[in-house]
Amino acid sequence: MSPHISIKGEIVFHLLGFPVTNTVITTVLVVFSFFFIARFYKSEIEKKDRTLGFYALNSFIIGIRDLIKSVLGKKTAYFFPLLGSFFFFILLMNWSGLIPGVGSVLIEVPIEKKVYSQVGVAEVNAVTTDEYAVEEEHATHKIPLLRGGTADLNTTVALALISVFVTQIYGFKFLGPRKHLAKYFNFKDPMMLFLGPLEIIQEFARIISFAFRLYGNIFAGEVLLTIIPFLLPAVLSFVVSPIFFLEIFVGVVQALVFVMLSAVFINMAVAEHH
Amino acid sequence: MRLLATAIAIGLGVIGPGIGIGMIGSKAMEALGRNPEAESQIRTTMILAAAFAESIAIFALVVALIIKFVV
Repeated sequence: MSPHISIKGEIVFHLLGFPVTNTVITTVLVVFSFFFIARFYKSEIEKKDRTLGFYALNSFIIGIRDLIKSVLGKKTAYFFPLLGSFFFFILLMNWSGLIPGVGSVLIEVPIEKKVYSQVGVAEVNAVTTDEYAVEEEHATHKIPLLRGGTADLNTTVALALISVFVTQIYGFKFLGPRKHLAKYFNFKDPMMLFLGPLEIIQEFARIISFAFRLYGNIFAGEVLLTIIPFLLPAVLSFVVSPIFFLEIFVGVVQALVFVMLSAVFINMAVAEHH
Repeated sequence: MRLLATAIAIGLGVIGPGIGIGMIGSKAMEALGRNPEAESQIRTTMILAAAFAESIAIFALVVALIIKFVV
């Protein structure tokens, strides 16, 4: 019997016709905690005596801002709201899969049965009327109630789409439509003519690479954290702790990589062509 | 057969990134030996470059996991 590993997030319930998966529930919780942290930060700024937590948070924010400043230079103030939010949101989502209880607390929900064709249904009916022992399909199955936010390809594809679209929009906004499109459709010499469609394809490759890099790292970490305690006897269950710290580190590094890569692409899109 | 496909996918997929990350580390150490003052900059850039190289291995890992767990 192998541990329960699922590539995609499983549906927990339906809300107004929309399926709500366990990653969506975790994402909503992360957004709420984000809101509380932001409110704490704002209220601490206005006080005279600030607590230690405020200074710790401030040092992180300044650290991220300096990293982005090394890439963007003078335009940091314009892009920092977006890139800083990316960093902290992706960081919290990556770490949300490590909280005790996420992925281990199970809930029992009914399986959705899909009828693909009338022929299939007729065949199933024909089989059940025979005397062969047909195993009854279980009507419910157990799934984790919560699951790490970025361990779902939908989340990471959404973040990648936001990043790439925003890059294009800022390119249009800063350079003007004519100069920005001149990067892609260049009719001056025949060699540059072929580079144009290649650049467009590269934009799509960026979306895929952003999405899969983040998803792969976090999902592989979750699989590792599930498989290693499964292989070890219960006495040695503390052995998983190196992997746990590795996952904390990987969460930070992946958020950093996403933000730095976005900053580099925004810089390339916004910079004046030499 | 599926187990064989999983093993081949992940086994061949991490050869390239393994060599790549080794080269990144060796160049970083070389640069550090030449210029010990720029240590924090070298370290940050090395970790960033290693994360990019590792993402290729992660693509192979995702394919291997899909083969094993989703038909």
